[in-house]
Amino acid sequence: MQTQPEQERETEMIEAKGLTKDFVSRTETVHAVRGIDLRVERGETVAVLGPNGAGKTTTMRMLTTLLAPTAGTARVAGFDVTRDPARVRRRLGYVGQGNGAGHGQRALDELYYQGITFGLSRTEARRRGQELLDGLDLAGKERTKVSELSGGQRRRLDVAMGLMHAPELLVLDEPSTGLDPHNRANLWEHISALRAATDMTLLLTTHYLDEADTMAERVVIIDHGAVIADDTPETLKTRHAGDRLSVTAGSRPDADHLAARLTQWEATSEVAVDGTVVHAGIAQGSSRVTDLVHLADAAGIDIADIQVRRPTLDDVFLNLTGRSLRETGSTPELETAS
Amino acid sequence: MSVLTDTAIVTSREMRPVLGDPFSIIFSLVQPIFFLALFGPLLAGNLGDELPGQVWQWFVPAILAMISLFGSSAVGSNLLYEMQTGAHERMLVTPLSRSSLLVGRAMKELITLVAQALLVVLVMLPFGFRFSLPGAVAGLVLLAVLGVGISSLSYALAIAVRKQDWMFWAVQQTFLFPLMILSGMLLPLEGGPGWMQVAARVNPLTHVVEAERALFAGDFGSPAVVWGFVAAGLTAALGLWLGIRSMRRSD
Repeated sequence: MQTQPEQERETEMIEAKGLTKDFVSRTETVHAVRGIDLRVERGETVAVLGPNGAGKTTTMRMLTTLLAPTAGTARVAGFDVTRDPARVRRRLGYVGQGNGAGHGQRALDELYYQGITFGLSRTEARRRGQELLDGLDLAGKERTKVSELSGGQRRRLDVAMGLMHAPELLVLDEPSTGLDPHNRANLWEHISALRAATDMTLLLTTHYLDEADTMAERVVIIDHGAVIADDTPETLKTRHAGDRLSVTAGSRPDADHLAARLTQWEATSEVAVDGTVVHAGIAQGSSRVTDLVHLADAAGIDIADIQVRRPTLDDVFLNLTGRSLRETGSTPELETAS
Repeated sequence: MSVLTDTAIVTSREMRPVLGDPFSIIFSLVQPIFFLALFGPLLAGNLGDELPGQVWQWFVPAILAMISLFGSSAVGSNLLYEMQTGAHERMLVTPLSRSSLLVGRAMKELITLVAQALLVVLVMLPFGFRFSLPGAVAGLVLLAVLGVGISSLSYALAIAVRKQDWMFWAVQQTFLFPLMILSGMLLPLEGGPGWMQVAARVNPLTHVVEAERALFAGDFGSPAVVWGFVAAGLTAALGLWLGIRSMRRSD
């Protein structure tokens, strides 16, 4: 069977051009977002990665109609966020940094009201709410007050709220911040399952590198309010940070000897010796290990251990900005949701 | 979806926790009940000569206005809480109109306020409180109008101070007592100094309190009734205007 023709539909779910936001106060003007271009295709999962204060949340708030851009335009789900915010909201599921479900309400009640808000019938809203509670491991919590749910449960309820009307696009702003590793893994498991089951487009922000790496087909790195890289995690790592090689030699003279050889070898770069360990960058690291062993054998160098490490997105960020995301991203609780 | 449907959804959502825990209606009645139970008997002792056998007829209608002043003026804190937790932000990214987010909440206050007023009236019956039934119905309508106004102002205040939430209670408390005392709710202001009487005339609550007293007595012809509805109507109009305007800028 032929695939469905898609020509009448716009292929991009999000198209932002020159999106800019300045926060002007009496004492200063903060250029939070400086002309961001962003394109997200239908069905794509894109992670926006960056340190706190980089402009991730401000960008999300402009794309979800919560904040008017100072300059630039954005079309989301086919409609302009400034001229047609109501139509954008109707097509969008939004899970903000806070708890979408009101703390004084019961879990299923909040899902029900979210459903009828988006035009579902009463019975349909209850059915869909129950289905999402079951699917997100919240069965039995229907009548529990939101304030009495655990942090992880509350976050999954927030995601359920965002999914009530089966939106074309789900925007998740730091969905896993504040969760322990177990609950983080659990949340992503559910989101991945949803992704597999629907053709929903997913845009998320995070400062957890591993989440961006494993979840997203494309990573957009933002720093100081501008996009500094935008590609698949693999391409970013290959282009902006090569594999890292660490060879432990049998002795210090062996290490120096090996370092001298590696400096001449075309596959390696930035060779440095630390005790008996030689560090270097290496192109296509894993395929060169045999060559490396032959090279050492031929020179009579004793080798105790060889490690080739694939770069992380943190290496990419480090190479692009000279700063590590782990350091800047280590205090998520200091970021305010405003 | 129309603004009416949106408003009904917001009101219904706001009512849900109240219906789940009807006792919450009584909590915000605590202060007015203390005024009834502890101040009322004092009043009977001191005003008994001027208002023989009429003290409850004079005091209970004023207490109804007090319920609105104490209860409705505090409701902004609920919105403030939902702005802090994120529920309000979530609702801003739904098709709900901005005005329904304000009006729907104010409608919920109207419903709880009328329920509270009925409760107080019924509780005071065995103590000898007597009233005209059509007057009482009109009195509750007047109270509802005032409640919409005060609660909308409270929501507008909550939105205005959302970045410094402690300001909410500071402002609310600052207005509470001057408005209460200068309305003649607790004691007649005729004995007070001239400046107090002038201040009372510009206090919309004074006119509502006087109208409530006239209505519960069945005195529909009193000019106080007209002025009461004018004052409550202006408060509601100002509250809704400020409230909806703030709600549009609440993100």
